[in-house]
Amino acid sequence: MPVVGLEWFLVIAAFLFATGVFTILTRKNAVSILMGVELILNAANVNLVAFSRFVKPAATLGPQSVEFPLQGSAAHAVYGQPWIAGNVFAAFVIVLAAAEAAVALGLILGIYRTAGDVDVDEATALKG
Amino acid sequence: MIAALGLAVKNPATWVFLAFAAVTCGSALVVAVSRSLVYSAYALLLTFFGVAGLYAFLDADFLAAAQLLVYVGGILVLILFGVMLTHKIRDINLSNESTNPVVGAVISGFLFLALAYVSLMTDWQVVEHPASATSGEIGRAFVGKYLLPFEVSSVLLLGALIGAAYLARREKREA
Amino acid sequence: MHPVITFAHNVLPFTKGWPDWVVYVAIVFVVAFGILNTLVAPLTGISTYIERRMAGRAQYRWGPNRVGFRSLLDALPVTRWIGRMGDIGPVKAIGRLIPGGLLQFAADGLKLFTKEDIIPAKADKFLFRASPYVVMAGSFAAFAVLPVSFNFRAVNFNIGIFYVLGISSLVVPGILMAGWGSANKWALFGGMRSASQIVSYEIPVAISLMTAVMLAGTMNMTDIVNAQRSGYGIEKAGALGWYVFRYGGLMIVPFVIYFIGGCAEVNRTPFDLPEGESELVSGYHTEYSGFRWSFFFMAEYSNMFAVGAIATTMFLGGPLPPYPVQLTEQLFGGMGHLGMVLRFLEGFAWFFIKSYFFVLVMIHMRWTLPRYRVDQLMHLCWKVLLPIALVWFVLMCGVRAVRMEMKLAAQPAVAEVTR
Repeated sequence: MPVVGLEWFLVIAAFLFATGVFTILTRKNAVSILMGVELILNAANVNLVAFSRFVKPAATLGPQSVEFPLQGSAAHAVYGQPWIAGNVFAAFVIVLAAAEAAVALGLILGIYRTAGDVDVDEATALKG
Repeated sequence: MIAALGLAVKNPATWVFLAFAAVTCGSALVVAVSRSLVYSAYALLLTFFGVAGLYAFLDADFLAAAQLLVYVGGILVLILFGVMLTHKIRDINLSNESTNPVVGAVISGFLFLALAYVSLMTDWQVVEHPASATSGEIGRAFVGKYLLPFEVSSVLLLGALIGAAYLARREKREA
Repeated sequence: MHPVITFAHNVLPFTKGWPDWVVYVAIVFVVAFGILNTLVAPLTGISTYIERRMAGRAQYRWGPNRVGFRSLLDALPVTRWIGRMGDIGPVKAIGRLIPGGLLQFAADGLKLFTKEDIIPAKADKFLFRASPYVVMAGSFAAFAVLPVSFNFRAVNFNIGIFYVLGISSLVVPGILMAGWGSANKWALFGGMRSASQIVSYEIPVAISLMTAVMLAGTMNMTDIVNAQRSGYGIEKAGALGWYVFRYGGLMIVPFVIYFIGGCAEVNRTPFDLPEGESELVSGYHTEYSGFRWSFFFMAEYSNMFAVGAIATTMFLGGPLPPYPVQLTEQLFGGMGHLGMVLRFLEGFAWFFIKSYFFVLVMIHMRWTLPRYRVDQLMHLCWKVLLPIALVWFVLMCGVRAVRMEMKLAAQPAVAEVTR
């Protein structure tokens, strides 16, 4: 097992989340707000991976059917262990974060071109 | 329980963990309060590194490397480009003052305390299971149980690629 | 338990309570600092020596090929006489054995040590100072998982090649740090060009590496090497087992894509737009001088070697010799400890010969080819290399799937269990 308990990871993730929220609340620069969003996503990811490592999952593959002919450990050997779910979800979050950052950068550059600034308070026009 | 925070002080790995935790939290704080936008971005580099270290402590080796590859090599570079393309180099110490820091601190402080309270007071059903290599399991899960989300996320990435290229493109001059 | 960890537990008993990865990290630190610093520094030294000499030849600039002991002797009237002795008969032959240009290397080093360390007045001092370390850390950390000989590497990481891709992405923020911290628009342009180039070329590079990973079925570099011991159904395949020559030569395409992308990632001619002298003075390290500047160059040379070493490991069998390795295994296997040393040296020698071959090719390319234009560079990456790499990846997936089906068809009992 990891050297420290689950609570440590949860508290660190809570701290990351709080700093992310603080960043989003207090900054006006669009790039800075993007950084806050990344902090929050990282906090969520730490939680997901920590639960994946520490907490026993209840997930099963559903009832036996044509799609899922295997059950129990044989099914887990082929379709993946249930405890990996948190890791898989964190991987999805990383993928989504990459897509989100790319689109956000495109938006920020667009705002900069039309408004000449990246202050989110200034970007009020719906049509540039 | 608070007792769950007890540390195996004699184990050097604990101190390595504490170092990673300190780096993560400290640099996240710098991201939030630094007056220079560039310093915020580079503090974010340290945060991502710290989180990769936390993943390694959680035996998630694949995710630790993915965190480095995607966050440090991709998202952080995008953010740095965002900083550098939207500012002039003459304002090298980009000022980035916080607005309403007191209100923000109260709200986020309350959130932190609430989350920490829940984390510490809940009686988590922790199960001991040995660490095993995660990359093979993640691969099996991607093409097994989570095949549909996997495919959907690839479509999403393609959409984001096209969308970002379209948004960032210079608008055509009207003839 | 892994032998490296067992070894650490035996030598340093207090590591027994540590989790495996902490022991790994500790070993990475110790090995990176101790062995690799005495390994990487000479590697970069050898590369600069070769580069100096080949550049001298290419530009008809004989100095770097001649500065040697002879010219040192020529410097003083008293010793010049001793030098002249070398012209006579058999002594001349001995004098020729000393390679020329060795002192050029020493002179370069001395010059760098004694140069003034300038930090521009308006620079962001912290970023300016931190950048060389970040770049060096990113390029040196990749050496931790390279299998430099048979089953010999600093760390046996089960996600080896993925770790290399991840940790070497640290170079990009480091370069941007240098560009921004210098407070100089040429440095900033160079840094941003360099970053966009590395980020773009990382994609075809990663896909072509993943082709080899997919064929080997593992990301562990040692296992990838071992997967190349045999091929074409021959147990003792020798060079035929290397991935470039496997599958009827289909793997040559990802290999070439990897090498082109790798050259682009180290920012050398013909891909040296980030430091194109006629356009950007010297790119992101324009403002650097003295030892800080040499840090960037050590990173560049170690990156060159790393590109060659990864190409060697993933496509050319790493430390495997071109003759069947099983022959020398049998030969050295019966020789006890001496055999172990010989076997280690054999793998080590082949690994470095192959890796240095790529370094030589890269140096030769730098002094023969002209520079790309920015649009040509991006065109090559996104419209040529990336589609070919993707199509080839899918093609090799198909080839592997068909071969697996054929294997399973030959063994019905195994097929039943696997399905």
